[in-house]
Amino acid sequence: MIEFGAGEVAEGIPPFGSPNAPTTPPEGGEVALLASGWRLALREFLSNRLAVAGLVMLLFFVVFCFIGPLVYHTNQIYSSPLGTDLAPAGGHLLGTDDNGFDELGRIMAGGQTALEIGFFSAAIATVIGTIYGAVSGLAGGLLDGVLMRFVDILLSIPLLFIVLVLATKFSATVFEESMLIGLFSWLVPARLVRGEVLTLRVRDFVAAARVMGATRSRLVFRHLIPNALSVVIVNVTFQVADSILILSFLGFLGFGLQYPAASWGDMLGDAQTHVSAGYWWLVYPVGGCLVAVVMACNLIGDALRDAFDVRLRRR
Amino acid sequence: MTGYIVRRLMTAVIVTIGIAAISFVLLHELAASPVNAVLGPKASPQAIRAWNKAHGYDRTFLAQLFSYLNNLVHLNFGYSYKQGQSVGALFDENAGRSAYLSGASLVLALIIAIPLGIAQAVKRNSPGDYAVTALTFALYSMPSFFLGLILIQIFALDLHVFPPLVSDNITTTWGAITHPAQLFLPIVTLAAVTVASFSRYMRSSALDSLAQDYIRLARAKGLSERVVLSRHLLRNSCLPMITLIGLSIPGLLAGNLLTEVLFNYPGLGLLFYNALGNEDYPILLAYTVIGGVLTVLGNLIADIAVTAADPRIRFD
Repeated sequence: MIEFGAGEVAEGIPPFGSPNAPTTPPEGGEVALLASGWRLALREFLSNRLAVAGLVMLLFFVVFCFIGPLVYHTNQIYSSPLGTDLAPAGGHLLGTDDNGFDELGRIMAGGQTALEIGFFSAAIATVIGTIYGAVSGLAGGLLDGVLMRFVDILLSIPLLFIVLVLATKFSATVFEESMLIGLFSWLVPARLVRGEVLTLRVRDFVAAARVMGATRSRLVFRHLIPNALSVVIVNVTFQVADSILILSFLGFLGFGLQYPAASWGDMLGDAQTHVSAGYWWLVYPVGGCLVAVVMACNLIGDALRDAFDVRLRRR
Repeated sequence: MTGYIVRRLMTAVIVTIGIAAISFVLLHELAASPVNAVLGPKASPQAIRAWNKAHGYDRTFLAQLFSYLNNLVHLNFGYSYKQGQSVGALFDENAGRSAYLSGASLVLALIIAIPLGIAQAVKRNSPGDYAVTALTFALYSMPSFFLGLILIQIFALDLHVFPPLVSDNITTTWGAITHPAQLFLPIVTLAAVTVASFSRYMRSSALDSLAQDYIRLARAKGLSERVVLSRHLLRNSCLPMITLIGLSIPGLLAGNLLTEVLFNYPGLGLLFYNALGNEDYPILLAYTVIGGVLTVLGNLIADIAVTAADPRIRFD
């Protein structure tokens, strides 16, 4: 994801009612048109083989991590000091780790927390960012300037640093970790939605709604956000990928979930020792899962972006 | 142009002050005073109060914030009581090695990504293009520490070409520069992650340029393909890269942190990591602020460089 330079205000947007306002046919009103737009995007998405592969991959991991433990029973609560670092064999399909936990079962448990935190933090970030961006874009003027400078400021502080510093105090549970990542990830969606709203608010259907006496909150929730939704949806998928990556960084550096809760990053924390000791089963399966899930989300996001981008269709 | 730069500079200054203020607020919430680090957990309440008073930690929050900002302006980053050194001295000691790691990997990434992106655009939709796209996609989705582990496995443990960790003997920036074998794996790890995103942008930028009339004209003039690519395409499609380099700074800093921890290479990232474990807040605060300032500077320089390099961008 790339977002453009701090302090960049969309200067090309004509002011309200200017003669340069886009003269596209009236939109937003006809539900049928909107629905077919979504259907077109869906067809476009499904015709992208990589996207479907990503979707299948993600669904596989959801099933594997949440249904898997029901089929493949393992003990993930009590460590067994006598059965540590066993190589893969019949009893333990992927061997055991330093604490004697079954590695395959642990990958499933870690996958659960990764997916939960990924989606939950993306949801938090998206809700905050969407509302913030829509309000800022609609308000315009000084308030918009102040709100966006605040976004610039937070966006300039490297996310990993601030999350790591806060993780020294709060990152013990899935909920805390989701909040931590979500509360510092809403900046990009806020900017994207504001940009959309800036172009939407000069369109005729918004003017019409305003003339009909729509309140500000009705404008935001009924007219602006639904029309900016495609940008938001694309961003959610990338956000899930980014959250899972950040989560793995926190875990790898030792500031992740509290033991014995499992997370993929934590499991890779001692990977260097394991690699040197030749315990490949403690490194590559879990690392592969991490890459696969992040890649699945990125593939889906990429395809969604192309699917929603009318200019790219049939090229 | 001058007006634009002045306006842009003013925003940058405001954002920088905001970064320092917000970082201070957050850190202040976590640890209001370093007194526990100095006096230990068994200090009496009286002693704690006396120490706080003597060092100004009993003042109002705003007063502390302003004295902190004032210190920053004078490049005073505070004092690490855990390490018994000023943060500035610690940064001086480590910054060179980190800058070398980041700089070398950035240069390496550009050397690889620019020709790669152009080649992909010229041979678009060929098997080679798809293969490279798939590879960069995988790299892009890979945490840098995992990539580093794979490289350690291949080059250090299997092939024995490079050491798995940076040797403890590398204590100076000069030492790091003169021992390329030691730094090879960290630099490649950090560069690979950057290549993944750079080459994708380079490809799409080159695709856009290829469709332009000046390329068609250059070909119509009968220029050889090599000249078209190296003179006309390269320079034009590199313009977005300027912005991209400016924006890549937070990613580089994060990558630096992970790479330095993985390879045990003493730089600012490792300093930050150790400070996290020690809850050494002055260091954490200072590096967060410096990271923010570097990000702002990166954006600022990139914006100005783009306006200078691209005559189509004019601000009136």
